[in-house]
Amino acid sequence: MGDIQKADPGLYDFAPYRDRPKIVWPGGRKVAVWVAPNLEYYEIDPPANPHRKSWTKPHPDVVGYSHRDHSNRVSHWRMAEMMSKYGFPGSVSLSVALCQHHPEVVRDANERGWEFFSHGIYNTRYAYGMDEAQERAIIEDSIRTVREATGQTIRGWLAPALTHTPRTLDLIAEYGLDYTCDLYHDDQPQPVKVKSGRLISMPYSLEVNDHYGFFVYNMSPRDYADTLIRQYERLAEEGETSGTVMCIPLHAYLIGQPHRIGPFGEVLRHIAQDGRAWIARAGEIADHYYQHHYAEAAHGA
Amino acid sequence: MALDPAYLDYPRRREGYDHDLYPWSSIFDRKLVRWPDGKSVAVWLCVSLEWFPMTPSDTPFRAPGHMQTSYPDYRHYTAREYGTRVGFYRLLDAFRKAGVKASVATNGAIAERYPSVIADILAEGHEIIAHSTDMNGTIDSNLPEEEERALIARSLEALESVSGRRPAGWLSIARSQSWNTPKLLAEAGLRYCCDWVNDELPWRFANGLVNLPLNHELSDRQIITVQQQSADSYAEQMIDAFDWLAAEAADHGGRVLPLHITPYIMALPYRIGAFEGLLRALAARPEAWFATGEEIISAWEGQQ
Repeated sequence: MGDIQKADPGLYDFAPYRDRPKIVWPGGRKVAVWVAPNLEYYEIDPPANPHRKSWTKPHPDVVGYSHRDHSNRVSHWRMAEMMSKYGFPGSVSLSVALCQHHPEVVRDANERGWEFFSHGIYNTRYAYGMDEAQERAIIEDSIRTVREATGQTIRGWLAPALTHTPRTLDLIAEYGLDYTCDLYHDDQPQPVKVKSGRLISMPYSLEVNDHYGFFVYNMSPRDYADTLIRQYERLAEEGETSGTVMCIPLHAYLIGQPHRIGPFGEVLRHIAQDGRAWIARAGEIADHYYQHHYAEAAHGA
Repeated sequence: MALDPAYLDYPRRREGYDHDLYPWSSIFDRKLVRWPDGKSVAVWLCVSLEWFPMTPSDTPFRAPGHMQTSYPDYRHYTAREYGTRVGFYRLLDAFRKAGVKASVATNGAIAERYPSVIADILAEGHEIIAHSTDMNGTIDSNLPEEEERALIARSLEALESVSGRRPAGWLSIARSQSWNTPKLLAEAGLRYCCDWVNDELPWRFANGLVNLPLNHELSDRQIITVQQQSADSYAEQMIDAFDWLAAEAADHGGRVLPLHITPYIMALPYRIGAFEGLLRALAARPEAWFATGEEIISAWEGQQ
């Protein structure tokens, strides 16, 4: 892409888990748990990006497209009702064009008190190859579109289809965003080095993402539920001494299928009843971290 | 080099879809559907009955389950034939024992090569859905329109000439369509297709064709062959799905549980027992209405 490629992106200092200052979440809770539904729109006939192919088949990729369309016709409400039943708000990774295509879905999420951050314009438009002006355009579009549709100002970013450029994090910090979900190096929020402003990494997860559970690790619905409970139990136990974050990243077209939603509900019930979890939105976790821990952690960062 | 500025143009960013094939709606906002006899979950058994030529074609793509070794691939040719000669008859027996009807998505080549199978399907009251010509008959947008039209016609003619009835339904291989498929299926007089997996009730294309979603996530191919789970786990997942849908149906109206079965996958001796157990368990559920695709479409259409 013309940029000099670095072996180490230089995003943070090495800071081992051992002997860190302890994070104590509000109410003395041990683990901050946030749920990240990806509310997405995939185009049926997107233009080609020279750096990454979108659909594997010639358009229309009927199974690929219609599987994702299941979210916006059926499974969003199934997933959302289950979250509401157990008191979990969503922090939404949003293809912001969904505000235009299916405002009903965005409105439902907003009415449930969910927070929105940007996951690009479409999950079929990649940042690879964008110049700075183009990347600014999608950030500004994201801020404007979500504000008009929901009244909210986005505070976070998850790159569209996880496609980044080396300048993405500097730019989102410049625009005043507080957190990135694109870095996977820690179980706690961490300061990220940016050119201007400030930024933290918010632990998201690929490993316990429902997409990995069902399409990388090929788990059954009950195995995936068991995986989430083990992840939770371990992070809650360690959180006693460290203070941890657990994210549950979801896609309605996966978790909201009729054979999966029941076992998933058991996970939310387990966490909600446990007592060690601070069930929060990503923005609340960021606020707490900035207020109590950022300055110390960023010292020298 | 920056991306082409057009990469940031979004000409179809608008309310509704970025295409005009069918309109949007949420399943939770529609008029409630009621199935016959006060049942709330239509259980739709759909078996794919396929013939794989030992000379695979990749135009436009090679079907899932097709030949894999150098010629002659006796291994896959005969293992697929096992499904038709042995496995399919295990399934027919299982359906009879459970007292249920199924749809059989059948390649035209099955009718041409094994007309007695067609007779056996019809004798037990099952529906025949057209499922292309043979497993070289794949469709995507690289297939010229005239060839696709001819392929659909050949499939329907083969099935009609042996069964005496033109199928009402269509299942594409791998559920793969071209831009032209909905138009060509309607033009051929088909009433419904099963390829789009975006919903859990039938819905109508703008051109009048109905889509009855055959959820690929619930198929034996996805769960057993792709995800490598056991037949027992498959059966447990289908029961979990049924129970979820039955509970949802109490507030939101009728639901459909599509079970997509492949003879050479599910009807192996070590798996068929789990499948028979699943049929018994589902047949014992008071909410279950076992129905063919066409019966589901008819019941649904009558309420629209």
